[in-house]
Formats: sequence, structure tokens, C-alpha cells
Amino acid sequence: MDNKDQEKDSLYLKLIPYFDRYGILLLLLIMIVVMHFLQPDVFLSWRNVTNVFKQISWQSMLALGVFMVIVTAGIDLSVGSIMMLSLMILAIVAKAGAPWFVVAITPLIAGLICGLINGLGITILRMPHPFIMTLGTLYIFRGTGNLISGGTPISGFTDEVRYLGHGRIDLTWLGLEKSQYLPVSLVLIAIVYIIFWVFMNHTRTGKWIYAIGGNPSAARASGVNVNKILVIVYSLCGFLSGIGALILAGRTDSGYPNAGLQSELDAIAACIIGGASFFGGRGTVLGVFAGVMIMGILRNGLNLMDVSSFWQQVLIGSIIVLAVYIDVLRRDLGTRK
Amino acid sequence: MSSINQLLLEAKSVTKYFGTITALENVNLKIHAGECLGVVGDNGAGKTTLMKVLSGLYKPSSGSLYFDGKKEILESPKDSQELGLEMVYQDLALAGNLPIGENIFLGREPTKNLGFIKLLDFKKIKELTDAHLGKLKINVKSADQKVEELSGGQRQAVAIARSTAFNAKVVIMDEPTAALAIKEVGKVLDLINSLKKTGVGVIVISHRMDDIFAVCDRVMALFQGTNFAESELSKTSRDEVIGWIMGKK
Repeated sequence: MDNKDQEKDSLYLKLIPYFDRYGILLLLLIMIVVMHFLQPDVFLSWRNVTNVFKQISWQSMLALGVFMVIVTAGIDLSVGSIMMLSLMILAIVAKAGAPWFVVAITPLIAGLICGLINGLGITILRMPHPFIMTLGTLYIFRGTGNLISGGTPISGFTDEVRYLGHGRIDLTWLGLEKSQYLPVSLVLIAIVYIIFWVFMNHTRTGKWIYAIGGNPSAARASGVNVNKILVIVYSLCGFLSGIGALILAGRTDSGYPNAGLQSELDAIAACIIGGASFFGGRGTVLGVFAGVMIMGILRNGLNLMDVSSFWQQVLIGSIIVLAVYIDVLRRDLGTRK
Repeated sequence: MSSINQLLLEAKSVTKYFGTITALENVNLKIHAGECLGVVGDNGAGKTTLMKVLSGLYKPSSGSLYFDGKKEILESPKDSQELGLEMVYQDLALAGNLPIGENIFLGREPTKNLGFIKLLDFKKIKELTDAHLGKLKINVKSADQKVEELSGGQRQAVAIARSTAFNAKVVIMDEPTAALAIKEVGKVLDLINSLKKTGVGVIVISHRMDDIFAVCDRVMALFQGTNFAESELSKTSRDEVIGWIMGKK
């Protein structure tokens, strides 16, 4: 190799980390620009932008939970079912006439317990792979949700319970119009994502989650209690699914049997598109957010253009394959052989 | 500095079963301050199992461990680390996705308090890493480099740096030169000799007679999970030690 080639090569290698970190945001930006030119009047309107955030609100919670699990090189297939079960429990507690704060905290506790069950199953029962444990609980939690509710929707919650999913923050004091409000769910997404960004990047537990994904035996040899961390991760994932249930309760004003059906796959897709590696140890909170946004904008934009939802499925699937192929290329280039 | 005779660690009649398999049977081991002990043996002789017992990764089925003359029961590697025993694993036990500094401090990261939450102190991690790597004369581009971007020799250096970053008294190295290029072997052996001078007891597991005879003061051989032979290095020869590995005296 002559010098010039080497120079080119090293510049290319130097750019990889930046592409690694911000490439997904670039893709998001390109999508926004393209959508804006395709739908100049509608896409970036206040109403549509807030709509996108309302639509992704509960998915973004599920995706964040699944993301932490994927960083440990695990998988959680049960988040959709956890959300449905938490929602059903919330609905039943609300129907029984419990005060609103009890109703609101119920899905969080239910989600946490479901996640704890996953975590304990994976560590104590020593399931060969989290896939199996959470595939089991995918059926168990949804079945339980149907058993306790009789498989029928339960509707009608108070405004306090619906606040996170349905609440509006009035911005007329800023001189904006009444229709230009801020959805509470958008603020919630921001707060939760910032908290988890700090958690994953600036705390020991977060660092250990990455270490477990990178090399579990290294983490163990370093004195990290790997099983304890895994239980924490799956419990947090369940807890976030519980928050998802509370948001969904607000949005739909109803507990219904099909809630969160197949949303575990959307959550996984958002993580993968956002650059989380299935091999574990790789991915960022910002990336997951971008992944959720890309899926939300894609759906929203295609809806605006009246494209069939079948095409949406084809496109999302293609993006997943492309994203993972980029991950494969990145591993080839980034690692010494 | 500890005196050269001080007994740092002793294992007395350690036995370890895995189901019906006997991996170790009544094995004894002693390591003194400033001494290097070479542990040799064929594959499956029980070397790695013994080291994992010493580090607390495995619990012995019977037998006991004495640190500084005091009997200790290890529940996890964390316990042995607190007693001053560090392990450099054959598979290097580094997380490739994390930077050098975070690997060195993995499990023991310095933190700073922000109100009631503890956040990682990245600045301190970097300072301590640079200082420690400098002390051991280990050259890397930056402490922020990810371990998966390093060469085999650099990774081994990071693994050894990791083990010695916390004032270890005993360092166990499992095949420390196996993954290295020839020119990097010398550096690692120099590192072992300088560790000895600081009063650290070093246990080296190796197949390479060159390594054993370059750094060790004493050599012991395991054969089929038992103590087979042991000698001062000056009173034995390469051929004899190779014979022990094969089970011949």
C-alpha cells in the first residue's frame, strides 16, 4: 500500500466513530427534510409534529426498555404483553373505584413485577437464552391479562389517570394559539430519555450493563454481580412497559385485549434501526430515540401520502435489514482481526 | 515493602469436584512476597481450576485458603480482590466495547457525588489510567481507545495494568505470553520482574519453559489434579520440568 492509500484509509477509519455516533441522526434529518418537501403544508405543522410524538409516546418507552436488554446481549419479547397486562390491571383497579393516584401507580408496579419475573427466570432458572423466558412470558402475561378482564375492553378513566397520555400543556402565555399546545407525553419522553441517558452513560450500573454486553466473563471477573444487574435491567424494562401502559390508558381511555400486540417487535426494530447491536454492548439512548422517531415519521409520512400500510411494513422491514448490514460492516472495519 | 519471606497466600489440600469429575485433589500451594511461582502441567492437569479457586470464581469442594496467614472463605472474585489477589485471565477478561480506562477500573470505577446520586468520574478515570500506564511504560494512543482496537500485546498489557492498578499483593497470570508476538513477550516478562521487585507475589501459569526460566524462582507441577513435583528453579532443569508435565520423575 502506498502512502496516499494509507492516508485515505486512515481518514476513512477516523470518520467511522463519528458516523457510528451521529449517522443515525443524519438519516433522521434526511427523512425529515424529504418528508417536508413531499408534504410542505402538513408535515412540519404544529399539529402533525405533536401528533407524531403522541403516536410514538408509548412505543418509545418499550423501545428504551428493550434497548437496555439488548445492550446486555439479551432480548425481551414480552414488553407488549407486560404493557397489556399492566393496562388491564389499571383498568380493573380504576373500575373498582380506587383513587386516581392508586390507579396511576398500579401499572408501574405491575410492569416492574413482570420484569422482575423475567429477570429472575433468566438468572435463577438459568434459561439458556432470554428469548425463551420472555417468549414464555409473552404468552403468560397476555393470557393473564385476558383472564382477569374476561377478554373484553374496560373503558372510562379519570382525567388525572389520563394526564400523561392525554394531557396538554397550554402555551398561550407564550403568545401561541390554543391549538399549539405541548403534549404531556412529549415532555415525559424527554424526561425519561434524559434520565436513562444519564443512567446508561454516567453511572456504574450503566457501565456494567455495557460491560456485560461486551464480555460477560470480564464483567464477572471484575467483581460485577452479573445476575443482579440482569435482574435490574429486565425489571427496568418491565417498569418502562408499565409507563407505556399508563400513557396508552391516557391516549385510548380504555384497557383493551389487543393493546401492545406485536409492539415488542416494533420496540426491537427501533433499537436495531437506532444502532443497538444484537451482539450486545453497543448502542446509545440517543440512537434508540432516533430509531423510534424514524419509525414514527415513516408511518406518519406514509399515512399523510396515503400510502398503503402494507408498504409501511415492507419499508420498515427493509430499513431493519439495512441497519443490521451497516452494523456488520462496522464490525468488520472497527475491529482488528 | 514486605520482606521476601513473608507468606502471602497458602492453599491447603484444595479439592474440587465437577459432578463426578475430580479436577483437583488435595492440592497445596504457597506464594511469598516478591517471589514468582511457575505452575506447569498438561492440559486438564487442573492449573486453571486451581487459579479459579484461588480467585474465588470457584468454591473448593474441600480444603482452605489462607491470606496473610488468616483463613478466608471467598464468595466471589470481589472477595479475593479485597484481599489483594488479582487475576490476569487467559481469555484476557476485557470488555472490547469499552475504552482502556474503563476496563482497568471496571467494577471499581471512581465516582463523584452529584447530590444524592453517584456519577462516574471520567476525568479521574483518565488521569489514573494515564498515570498507571505511564508507570508501567505501556504505550497506547489514548486511554479512551476501545480495547477491541488494540493488538494482542497491547490487550495483554492492559490486562496486566488492570490487575496491578489496585495495589495487588498477589497477581496470577494465566499464560501471560501465549497470545503475544515474540517482541512483546520480553516486555511482559520485564513487567513481571518489576512487579516482583515491588514485593508482589506473582504466580505464572505457562507452557513456555522460556518464560518460566526467565522470571520464576520456584516451579511446581500439577498432574491429573494433584501436586506432582516442586522445586527451587535453581535446583532443576528444563528437561526435568518437561518430564514432570508428562508425569515422569
